[in-house]
Amino acid sequence: MSTPKPRPHIDTISQGFWDAAREGRLTVQRCDDCAHQHYPGTPVCPNCLSDKQSWAPVSGRGTLLSWVRFHRAYWDGFRDELPYNVILVGLEEGPLMLSNLIGAEPEALKIGDPLQVSFEAMDEATTLPKFRPA
Amino acid sequence: MSDFRKLKDRIAVVGVGNTSYGNFPHTDDYGLGAEAFRRAIADCGLDKNKVDGLGVCRLPYYARMGEILGLAPRWTVQFPPHGRMSAMAIIEAAAALEAGLCDYAALIYANIGRSRRVNYGGEESPGVWDPFGFTSPGAAHALMFQRHRALYGTTTRQLAEVSVAFRHHAGLNPDAVMKQPITIDDHEAARPITEPLRLLDYCLINDGAVCLILTTKERARDLKQQPVLISGFGAREAYRQSSIANFDLNFWYDEVRDVAAQTYGMAGVGPQDVDALMCYDNFSPTVLFSLEGLGFCGQGESGSFVEGGTLRLGGKLPTNTDGGHLSCSYMQGWALNVEAVRQIRGQCGERQVKDAEVVQFVAATPCSRSIIYTPG
Repeated sequence: MSTPKPRPHIDTISQGFWDAAREGRLTVQRCDDCAHQHYPGTPVCPNCLSDKQSWAPVSGRGTLLSWVRFHRAYWDGFRDELPYNVILVGLEEGPLMLSNLIGAEPEALKIGDPLQVSFEAMDEATTLPKFRPA
Repeated sequence: MSDFRKLKDRIAVVGVGNTSYGNFPHTDDYGLGAEAFRRAIADCGLDKNKVDGLGVCRLPYYARMGEILGLAPRWTVQFPPHGRMSAMAIIEAAAALEAGLCDYAALIYANIGRSRRVNYGGEESPGVWDPFGFTSPGAAHALMFQRHRALYGTTTRQLAEVSVAFRHHAGLNPDAVMKQPITIDDHEAARPITEPLRLLDYCLINDGAVCLILTTKERARDLKQQPVLISGFGAREAYRQSSIANFDLNFWYDEVRDVAAQTYGMAGVGPQDVDALMCYDNFSPTVLFSLEGLGFCGQGESGSFVEGGTLRLGGKLPTNTDGGHLSCSYMQGWALNVEAVRQIRGQCGERQVKDAEVVQFVAATPCSRSIIYTPG
Protein backbone atom coordinates (compact mmCIF):
# COMPACT_ATOMS: atom_id res chain seq x y z
CA MET A 1 0.00 0.00 0.00
CA SER A 2 1.37 3.40 -0.96
CA THR A 3 1.72 5.79 1.95
CA PRO A 4 2.14 9.53 1.33
CA LYS A 5 4.35 11.75 3.45
CA PRO A 6 2.84 11.91 6.91
CA ARG A 7 1.11 15.14 7.96
CA PRO A 8 1.51 16.73 11.37
CA HIS A 9 -0.92 15.42 13.95
CA ILE A 10 -2.83 18.57 14.85
CA ASP A 11 -4.85 18.66 18.06
CA THR A 12 -6.01 21.38 20.43
CA ILE A 13 -2.52 21.63 21.93
CA SER A 14 -0.37 21.57 18.77
CA GLN A 15 -2.75 23.75 16.71
CA GLY A 16 -1.03 26.96 17.83
CA PHE A 17 2.42 25.70 16.78
CA TRP A 18 1.30 24.80 13.26
CA ASP A 19 -0.74 28.01 12.85
CA ALA A 20 2.37 30.04 13.73
CA ALA A 21 4.57 27.95 11.41
CA ARG A 22 2.20 28.67 8.52
CA GLU A 23 2.80 32.37 9.21
CA GLY A 24 6.58 31.84 9.30
CA ARG A 25 7.02 32.01 13.07
CA LEU A 26 8.77 29.36 15.14
CA THR A 27 7.23 28.93 18.58
CA VAL A 28 7.61 26.78 21.67
CA GLN A 29 5.09 26.27 24.43
CA ARG A 30 5.65 28.74 27.28
CA CYS A 31 4.03 28.47 30.70
CA ASP A 32 2.07 31.64 31.56
CA ASP A 33 2.79 31.11 35.26
CA CYS A 34 6.45 30.00 35.54
CA ALA A 35 7.80 30.84 32.02
CA HIS A 36 9.10 27.26 31.50
CA GLN A 37 9.60 26.63 27.76
CA HIS A 38 9.26 23.23 26.10
CA TYR A 39 8.42 21.39 22.90
CA PRO A 40 6.33 19.44 21.92
CA GLY A 41 3.33 20.91 23.68
CA THR A 42 1.91 19.42 26.86
CA PRO A 43 -1.51 19.69 28.54
CA VAL A 44 0.10 21.02 31.74
CA CYS A 45 3.47 22.66 32.37
CA PRO A 46 6.02 19.92 33.24
CA ASN A 47 7.66 22.32 35.72
CA CYS A 48 4.69 23.68 37.72
CA LEU A 49 1.62 21.80 36.36
CA SER A 50 -0.14 25.02 35.35
CA ASP A 51 -2.69 24.55 32.59
CA LYS A 52 -2.21 28.12 31.36
CA GLN A 53 0.28 27.93 28.52
CA SER A 54 0.84 29.81 25.24
CA TRP A 55 2.82 29.38 22.03
CA ALA A 56 5.64 31.92 22.33
CA PRO A 57 7.89 33.02 19.45
CA VAL A 58 11.57 32.03 19.68
CA SER A 59 14.63 33.36 17.86
CA GLY A 60 14.80 30.53 15.33
CA ARG A 61 18.47 30.15 16.17
CA GLY A 62 19.91 26.86 17.34
CA THR A 63 22.84 24.48 17.06
CA LEU A 64 23.31 21.13 15.37
CA LEU A 65 23.33 18.45 18.11
CA SER A 66 23.29 15.36 15.90
CA TRP A 67 21.94 13.96 12.65
CA VAL A 68 20.98 10.75 10.92
CA ARG A 69 20.63 9.84 7.25
CA PHE A 70 17.72 7.58 6.37
CA HIS A 71 18.46 4.93 3.74
CA ARG A 72 15.16 3.18 4.31
CA ALA A 73 11.72 4.56 3.43
CA TYR A 74 9.29 3.91 6.27
CA TRP A 75 6.72 5.86 4.22
CA ASP A 76 6.52 5.65 0.41
CA GLY A 77 6.27 9.43 0.32
CA PHE A 78 9.92 9.69 1.34
CA ARG A 79 11.22 7.07 -1.11
CA ASP A 80 12.25 9.55 -3.80
CA GLU A 81 14.28 11.55 -1.27
CA LEU A 82 16.44 8.68 0.00
CA PRO A 83 18.96 8.98 1.50
CA TYR A 84 17.53 12.02 3.30
CA ASN A 85 18.76 13.70 6.49
CA VAL A 86 17.08 14.36 9.82
CA ILE A 87 18.83 16.70 12.24
CA LEU A 88 18.56 17.25 15.96
CA VAL A 89 18.54 20.96 16.75
CA GLY A 90 19.08 22.48 20.17
CA LEU A 91 17.14 25.76 20.15
CA GLU A 92 18.84 28.77 21.72
CA GLU A 93 15.93 28.86 24.19
CA GLY A 94 16.54 25.24 25.31
CA PRO A 95 14.01 22.86 23.74
CA LEU A 96 15.15 20.21 21.23
CA MET A 97 13.57 19.77 17.81
CA LEU A 98 13.98 17.24 15.03
CA SER A 99 13.89 18.68 11.53
CA ASN A 100 15.66 18.52 8.16
CA LEU A 101 18.77 20.44 7.10
CA ILE A 102 18.37 22.44 3.90
CA GLY A 103 20.94 24.44 1.95
CA ALA A 104 23.77 22.08 2.94
CA GLU A 105 24.46 18.45 3.74
CA PRO A 106 25.09 17.53 7.39
CA GLU A 107 28.32 15.76 6.42
CA ALA A 108 29.73 19.23 5.68
CA LEU A 109 28.84 20.55 9.16
CA LYS A 110 30.21 19.93 12.62
CA ILE A 111 28.25 19.10 15.76
CA GLY A 112 27.70 22.47 17.45
CA ASP A 113 27.48 24.50 14.24
CA PRO A 114 24.89 27.31 14.29
CA LEU A 115 21.59 26.90 12.44
CA GLN A 116 18.70 29.19 11.53
CA VAL A 117 15.09 28.18 10.96
CA SER A 118 13.77 28.36 7.40
CA PHE A 119 10.14 27.57 6.58
CA GLU A 120 9.08 25.22 3.79
CA ALA A 121 5.44 24.95 2.75
CA MET A 122 4.20 21.38 2.15
CA ASP A 123 0.95 22.81 0.80
CA GLU A 124 -1.59 25.52 1.73
CA ALA A 125 -2.40 23.91 5.06
CA THR A 126 1.02 22.92 6.34
CA THR A 127 4.39 24.63 6.65
CA LEU A 128 7.35 22.80 8.15
CA PRO A 129 10.11 24.54 10.13
CA LYS A 130 13.39 23.37 8.61
CA PHE A 131 16.89 24.61 9.34
CA ARG A 132 19.82 25.91 7.29
CA PRO A 133 23.39 26.81 8.31
CA ALA A 134 23.44 30.26 9.96
CA MET B 1 11.58 2.20 57.19
CA SER B 2 11.67 -0.07 54.17
CA ASP B 3 14.70 -0.41 51.93
CA PHE B 4 14.79 -2.27 48.62
CA ARG B 5 18.29 -3.55 49.45
CA LYS B 6 16.74 -5.89 52.01
CA LEU B 7 15.78 -8.00 48.98
CA LYS B 8 19.44 -8.97 48.49
CA ASP B 9 19.70 -12.77 48.03
CA ARG B 10 16.06 -13.24 49.09
CA ILE B 11 14.57 -14.24 45.73
CA ALA B 12 15.75 -16.94 43.35
CA VAL B 13 15.19 -17.77 39.72
CA VAL B 14 14.36 -21.47 39.84
CA GLY B 15 13.12 -22.30 36.36
CA VAL B 16 13.89 -21.03 32.89
CA GLY B 17 12.58 -22.02 29.50
CA ASN B 18 12.62 -20.81 25.93
CA THR B 19 11.19 -21.89 22.60
CA SER B 20 13.22 -22.24 19.45
CA TYR B 21 13.82 -18.87 17.79
CA GLY B 22 12.87 -18.11 14.20
CA ASN B 23 9.81 -17.74 12.00
CA PHE B 24 6.77 -19.63 13.27
CA PRO B 25 3.63 -18.54 11.39
CA HIS B 26 1.88 -21.81 12.29
CA THR B 27 1.47 -20.76 15.93
CA ASP B 28 0.67 -17.55 17.82
CA ASP B 29 1.83 -15.57 20.86
CA TYR B 30 0.01 -17.85 23.26
CA GLY B 31 1.34 -21.02 21.65
CA LEU B 32 4.89 -19.72 22.01
CA GLY B 33 4.29 -18.51 25.57
CA ALA B 34 2.80 -21.88 26.57
CA GLU B 35 5.80 -23.75 25.19
CA ALA B 36 8.26 -21.55 27.11
CA PHE B 37 6.21 -22.00 30.32
CA ARG B 38 6.04 -25.78 29.83
CA ARG B 39 9.83 -25.91 29.48
CA ALA B 40 10.42 -23.68 32.52
CA ILE B 41 8.13 -25.87 34.63
CA ALA B 42 9.99 -28.97 33.46
CA ASP B 43 13.28 -27.22 34.23
CA CYS B 44 12.40 -26.62 37.89
CA GLY B 45 10.16 -29.60 38.53
CA LEU B 46 7.42 -27.50 40.14
CA ASP B 47 3.76 -28.58 40.06
CA LYS B 48 2.41 -25.97 37.66
CA ASN B 49 -0.72 -25.56 39.78
CA LYS B 50 1.44 -24.05 42.49
CA VAL B 51 2.17 -21.06 40.25
CA ASP B 52 0.12 -18.30 41.86
CA GLY B 53 1.80 -15.28 40.28
CA LEU B 54 1.64 -14.43 36.57
CA GLY B 55 3.43 -11.64 34.72
CA VAL B 56 3.07 -11.46 30.94
CA CYS B 57 4.84 -9.23 28.45
CA ARG B 58 4.02 -8.68 24.77
CA LEU B 59 1.23 -11.25 25.09
CA PRO B 60 -2.14 -9.78 24.14
CA TYR B 61 -4.20 -10.82 27.19
CA TYR B 62 -3.02 -12.15 30.55
CA ALA B 63 -6.34 -13.87 31.27
CA ARG B 64 -6.26 -15.89 28.05
CA MET B 65 -2.67 -16.93 28.86
CA GLY B 66 -3.84 -17.95 32.34
CA GLU B 67 -6.75 -19.92 30.86
CA ILE B 68 -4.46 -21.75 28.44
CA LEU B 69 -2.06 -22.70 31.22
CA GLY B 70 -4.83 -23.60 33.68
CA LEU B 71 -3.65 -21.09 36.28
CA ALA B 72 -5.64 -19.28 38.97
CA PRO B 73 -3.07 -16.82 40.36
CA ARG B 74 -3.53 -14.26 43.10
CA TRP B 75 -1.01 -11.86 41.52
CA THR B 76 -1.14 -10.79 37.86
CA VAL B 77 0.66 -8.02 36.00
CA GLN B 78 0.62 -7.24 32.29
CA PHE B 79 3.67 -5.42 30.95
CA PRO B 80 3.54 -3.43 27.69
CA PRO B 81 5.41 -4.80 24.67
CA HIS B 82 8.47 -2.60 25.15
CA GLY B 83 12.00 -3.94 25.17
CA ARG B 84 12.84 -2.35 28.48
CA MET B 85 10.34 -4.43 30.46
CA SER B 86 12.29 -7.63 31.25
CA ALA B 87 14.25 -6.52 34.31
CA MET B 88 11.39 -4.23 35.33
CA ALA B 89 9.13 -7.30 35.49
CA ILE B 90 11.70 -9.43 37.32
CA ILE B 91 12.14 -6.74 39.98
CA GLU B 92 8.36 -6.35 40.36
CA ALA B 93 8.00 -10.11 40.77
CA ALA B 94 10.78 -10.19 43.37
CA ALA B 95 9.02 -7.49 45.38
CA ALA B 96 5.69 -9.31 45.10
CA LEU B 97 7.24 -12.59 46.28
CA GLU B 98 8.94 -10.90 49.22
CA ALA B 99 5.67 -9.23 50.19
CA GLY B 100 3.87 -12.56 50.03
CA LEU B 101 1.55 -11.48 47.22
CA CYS B 102 2.41 -14.79 45.58
CA ASP B 103 4.64 -17.82 46.31
CA TYR B 104 5.74 -18.79 42.79
CA ALA B 105 5.77 -16.20 40.01
CA ALA B 106 5.92 -17.12 36.32
CA LEU B 107 7.00 -14.38 33.92
CA ILE B 108 6.18 -15.10 30.30
CA TYR B 109 7.30 -13.13 27.27
CA ALA B 110 6.30 -13.95 23.71
CA ASN B 111 7.11 -12.19 20.46
CA ILE B 112 5.69 -13.09 17.06
CA GLY B 113 6.96 -9.96 15.31
CA ARG B 114 8.68 -11.88 12.52
CA SER B 115 5.56 -13.67 11.36
CA ARG B 116 3.56 -10.44 11.76
CA ARG B 117 6.12 -8.46 9.70
CA VAL B 118 6.60 -5.79 12.37
CA ASN B 119 8.52 -2.71 11.15
CA TYR B 120 9.02 -0.67 14.33
CA GLY B 121 8.51 2.58 12.44
CA GLY B 122 6.35 4.57 10.01
CA GLU B 123 2.59 4.14 10.24
CA GLU B 124 2.90 1.48 12.96
CA SER B 125 4.09 4.04 15.48
CA PRO B 126 2.90 7.56 14.63
CA GLY B 127 4.91 10.34 16.24
CA VAL B 128 5.27 14.08 16.39
CA TRP B 129 8.38 14.05 14.12
CA ASP B 130 6.81 12.04 11.27
CA PRO B 131 6.49 15.05 8.90
CA PHE B 132 10.29 15.30 8.88
CA GLY B 133 10.66 11.61 8.08
CA PHE B 134 11.96 10.71 11.52
CA THR B 135 10.78 7.38 12.93
CA SER B 136 11.98 4.11 14.51
CA PRO B 137 14.07 3.26 17.57
CA GLY B 138 17.04 2.54 15.29
CA ALA B 139 17.09 6.15 14.11
CA ALA B 140 17.12 7.37 17.72
CA HIS B 141 20.17 5.23 18.42
CA ALA B 142 21.78 6.47 15.21
CA LEU B 143 21.33 10.04 16.50
CA MET B 144 22.99 9.09 19.77
CA PHE B 145 25.89 7.24 18.15
CA GLN B 146 26.51 10.12 15.71
CA ARG B 147 26.81 12.44 18.68
CA HIS B 148 29.04 9.99 20.55
CA ARG B 149 31.33 9.90 17.49
CA ALA B 150 31.50 13.66 17.37
CA LEU B 151 32.10 14.17 21.09
CA TYR B 152 34.51 11.31 21.76
CA GLY B 153 35.93 10.17 18.41
CA THR B 154 34.27 6.75 18.61
CA THR B 155 34.49 4.96 15.24
CA THR B 156 32.18 2.59 13.41
CA ARG B 157 35.02 0.03 13.42
CA GLN B 158 34.97 0.17 17.22
CA LEU B 159 31.19 -0.17 17.15
CA ALA B 160 31.64 -3.23 14.94
CA GLU B 161 33.47 -4.99 17.79
CA VAL B 162 30.09 -5.36 19.52
CA SER B 163 28.36 -7.06 16.59
CA VAL B 164 31.38 -9.23 15.77
CA ALA B 165 31.76 -10.51 19.36
CA PHE B 166 28.07 -11.33 19.73
CA ARG B 167 27.99 -13.12 16.38
CA HIS B 168 30.93 -15.21 17.50
CA HIS B 169 28.95 -16.23 20.60
CA ALA B 170 25.86 -17.02 18.51
CA GLY B 171 27.98 -19.52 16.59
CA LEU B 172 28.43 -21.40 19.87
CA ASN B 173 24.70 -21.34 20.76
CA PRO B 174 22.48 -23.99 19.15
CA ASP B 175 19.41 -21.77 19.72
CA ALA B 176 20.82 -18.70 17.91
CA VAL B 177 19.22 -17.45 14.69
CA MET B 178 22.31 -15.92 13.03
CA LYS B 179 25.44 -18.06 13.27
CA GLN B 180 27.53 -17.11 10.20
CA PRO B 181 30.72 -15.45 11.52
CA ILE B 182 31.27 -11.80 10.61
CA THR B 183 34.29 -9.50 10.64
CA ILE B 184 34.76 -5.81 11.27
CA ASP B 185 35.05 -5.34 7.49
CA ASP B 186 31.70 -7.14 6.99
CA HIS B 187 30.16 -4.67 9.43
CA GLU B 188 31.67 -1.72 7.53
CA ALA B 189 30.37 -3.08 4.21
CA ALA B 190 26.81 -3.81 5.45
CA ARG B 191 24.06 -1.69 3.95
CA PRO B 192 23.25 1.50 5.84
CA ILE B 193 19.76 1.74 7.37
CA THR B 194 19.83 4.92 9.45
CA GLU B 195 23.38 6.13 8.89
CA PRO B 196 25.71 5.90 10.78
CA LEU B 197 24.02 2.60 11.72
CA ARG B 198 24.12 -0.35 9.36
CA LEU B 199 22.24 -3.61 9.12
CA LEU B 200 24.66 -5.38 11.49
CA ASP B 201 24.02 -2.77 14.19
CA TYR B 202 20.35 -3.75 14.28
CA CYS B 203 18.75 -6.46 16.38
CA LEU B 204 17.01 -9.34 14.69
CA ILE B 205 13.24 -9.56 14.40
CA ASN B 206 12.17 -13.14 15.10
CA ASP B 207 9.49 -15.16 16.84
CA GLY B 208 9.98 -16.92 20.15
CA ALA B 209 9.12 -16.92 23.84
CA VAL B 210 10.87 -17.03 27.18
CA CYS B 211 9.70 -17.93 30.69
CA LEU B 212 11.30 -17.45 34.10
CA ILE B 213 9.94 -18.88 37.35
CA LEU B 214 10.87 -17.16 40.60
CA THR B 215 10.28 -17.92 44.24
CA THR B 216 11.80 -17.20 47.63
CA LYS B 217 15.21 -18.56 48.55
CA GLU B 218 13.65 -20.96 51.09
CA ARG B 219 11.16 -22.48 48.65
CA ALA B 220 13.84 -22.67 45.98
CA ARG B 221 15.71 -25.34 47.97
CA ASP B 222 12.95 -27.89 47.31
CA LEU B 223 13.21 -27.60 43.52
CA LYS B 224 15.27 -29.36 40.90
CA GLN B 225 17.90 -26.81 39.92
CA GLN B 226 20.55 -24.93 41.82
CA PRO B 227 18.84 -21.64 42.76
CA VAL B 228 20.19 -18.49 41.14
CA LEU B 229 19.83 -15.57 43.49
CA ILE B 230 18.95 -11.98 42.71
CA SER B 231 21.73 -10.28 44.68
CA GLY B 232 21.35 -6.73 43.50
CA PHE B 233 19.28 -4.47 41.30
CA GLY B 234 18.82 -0.82 40.47
CA ALA B 235 16.44 1.41 38.55
CA ARG B 236 16.19 4.94 37.14
CA GLU B 237 13.93 6.43 34.48
CA ALA B 238 14.72 9.23 32.03
CA TYR B 239 11.44 10.60 30.72
CA ARG B 240 12.51 14.18 29.93
CA GLN B 241 13.08 13.58 26.19
CA SER B 242 10.44 10.95 25.62
CA SER B 243 8.87 12.80 22.68
CA ILE B 244 11.92 11.49 20.83
CA ALA B 245 11.32 7.86 21.72
CA ASN B 246 14.31 5.76 22.78
CA PHE B 247 16.61 8.78 22.85
CA ASP B 248 18.75 10.56 25.41
CA LEU B 249 21.12 13.40 24.62
CA ASN B 250 23.62 12.14 27.23
CA PHE B 251 23.29 8.40 26.43
CA TRP B 252 21.42 7.68 29.72
CA TYR B 253 24.83 8.09 31.37
CA ASP B 254 23.61 9.68 34.61
CA GLU B 255 20.75 7.20 34.94
CA VAL B 256 22.90 4.11 34.34
CA ARG B 257 25.47 5.49 36.80
CA ASP B 258 22.69 5.71 39.36
CA VAL B 259 21.48 2.20 38.50
CA ALA B 260 25.07 0.92 38.86
CA ALA B 261 25.48 2.52 42.28
CA GLN B 262 22.23 0.92 43.49
CA THR B 263 22.96 -2.48 41.96
CA TYR B 264 26.60 -2.85 42.97
CA GLY B 265 25.89 -1.35 46.37
CA MET B 266 23.09 -3.82 47.07
CA ALA B 267 25.07 -6.83 45.81
CA GLY B 268 28.31 -5.76 47.49
CA VAL B 269 30.36 -6.19 44.32
CA GLY B 270 31.81 -3.88 41.67
CA PRO B 271 32.41 -3.98 37.92
CA GLN B 272 35.74 -5.74 38.52
CA ASP B 273 33.86 -8.72 40.01
CA VAL B 274 31.53 -9.27 37.04
CA ASP B 275 32.31 -12.58 35.30
CA ALA B 276 29.87 -12.05 32.43
CA LEU B 277 27.64 -9.18 31.31
CA MET B 278 24.25 -9.58 29.65
CA CYS B 279 23.64 -6.24 27.97
CA TYR B 280 20.38 -5.20 26.32
CA ASP B 281 21.40 -4.70 22.70
CA ASN B 282 18.50 -3.52 20.60
CA PHE B 283 21.17 -1.63 18.63
CA SER B 284 24.92 -1.98 19.04
CA PRO B 285 25.53 1.56 20.43
CA THR B 286 23.41 0.72 23.49
CA VAL B 287 26.19 -1.63 24.57
CA LEU B 288 28.79 1.16 24.48
CA PHE B 289 26.52 3.45 26.49
CA SER B 290 25.87 0.69 29.06
CA LEU B 291 29.59 -0.02 29.57
CA GLU B 292 30.24 3.65 30.29
CA GLY B 293 27.32 4.08 32.67
CA LEU B 294 28.19 0.93 34.63
CA GLY B 295 31.76 2.17 35.03
CA PHE B 296 33.60 -0.53 33.07
CA CYS B 297 35.26 2.47 31.41
CA GLY B 298 34.96 6.24 31.60
CA GLN B 299 32.41 8.25 29.63
CA GLY B 300 33.54 8.44 26.01
CA GLU B 301 36.02 5.57 26.42
CA SER B 302 33.83 2.64 25.39
CA GLY B 303 35.12 2.63 21.80
CA SER B 304 38.68 1.89 22.81
CA PHE B 305 37.48 -0.34 25.68
CA VAL B 306 35.79 -2.82 23.32
CA GLU B 307 38.66 -2.94 20.82
CA GLY B 308 40.51 -6.21 20.42
CA GLY B 309 37.75 -8.59 21.52
CA THR B 310 37.08 -7.36 25.06
CA LEU B 311 33.48 -8.59 24.88
CA ARG B 312 34.29 -12.04 23.48
CA LEU B 313 34.47 -15.26 25.49
CA GLY B 314 38.00 -15.34 26.82
CA GLY B 315 38.14 -11.53 26.72
CA LYS B 316 38.17 -9.18 29.66
CA LEU B 317 34.37 -8.95 29.86
CA PRO B 318 32.44 -11.74 28.08
CA THR B 319 29.18 -10.09 27.07
CA ASN B 320 25.96 -11.54 25.63
CA THR B 321 27.34 -15.05 25.50
CA ASP B 322 24.14 -16.30 23.81
CA GLY B 323 24.60 -13.89 20.87
CA GLY B 324 22.27 -11.21 22.22
CA HIS B 325 19.50 -9.48 20.28
CA LEU B 326 21.95 -8.81 17.47
CA SER B 327 22.60 -12.47 16.65
CA CYS B 328 20.72 -14.91 18.92
CA SER B 329 17.15 -13.74 19.23
CA TYR B 330 15.08 -10.61 19.70
CA MET B 331 13.66 -11.62 23.06
CA GLN B 332 13.91 -8.03 24.36
CA GLY B 333 16.13 -8.69 27.37
CA TRP B 334 14.24 -11.77 28.53
CA ALA B 335 16.57 -14.33 26.92
CA LEU B 336 19.57 -12.43 28.29
CA ASN B 337 18.26 -12.90 31.83
CA VAL B 338 17.81 -16.60 31.09
CA GLU B 339 21.37 -16.73 29.76
CA ALA B 340 22.60 -15.13 33.00
CA VAL B 341 20.85 -17.88 34.99
CA ARG B 342 22.30 -20.63 32.79
CA GLN B 343 25.81 -19.16 33.08
CA ILE B 344 25.56 -19.26 36.87
CA ARG B 345 24.30 -22.85 36.69
CA GLY B 346 27.16 -23.80 34.36
CA GLN B 347 24.79 -25.06 31.63
CA CYS B 348 26.14 -23.09 28.67
CA GLY B 349 28.28 -25.74 26.99
CA GLU B 350 30.77 -24.32 24.51
CA ARG B 351 29.90 -20.76 25.46
CA GLN B 352 30.22 -21.29 29.21
CA VAL B 353 32.21 -18.67 31.11
CA LYS B 354 34.44 -20.64 33.48
CA ASP B 355 33.41 -20.34 37.14
CA ALA B 356 30.78 -17.68 36.45
CA GLU B 357 29.62 -16.49 39.86
CA VAL B 358 28.64 -12.88 39.29
CA VAL B 359 26.58 -12.29 36.15
CA GLN B 360 25.02 -8.90 35.50
CA PHE B 361 22.10 -7.89 33.29
CA VAL B 362 21.77 -4.26 32.22
CA ALA B 363 19.38 -2.32 30.00
CA ALA B 364 20.21 1.30 29.16
CA THR B 365 16.85 2.67 28.04
CA PRO B 366 14.39 5.35 29.16
CA CYS B 367 13.77 2.88 32.02
CA SER B 368 17.29 1.73 32.86
CA ARG B 369 17.62 -1.40 34.98
CA SER B 370 20.30 -3.79 36.13
CA ILE B 371 20.24 -7.09 38.02
CA ILE B 372 23.12 -9.07 39.51
CA TYR B 373 22.73 -12.84 39.70
CA THR B 374 24.84 -15.11 41.90
CA PRO B 375 24.76 -18.83 42.83
CA GLY B 376 22.43 -19.80 45.68
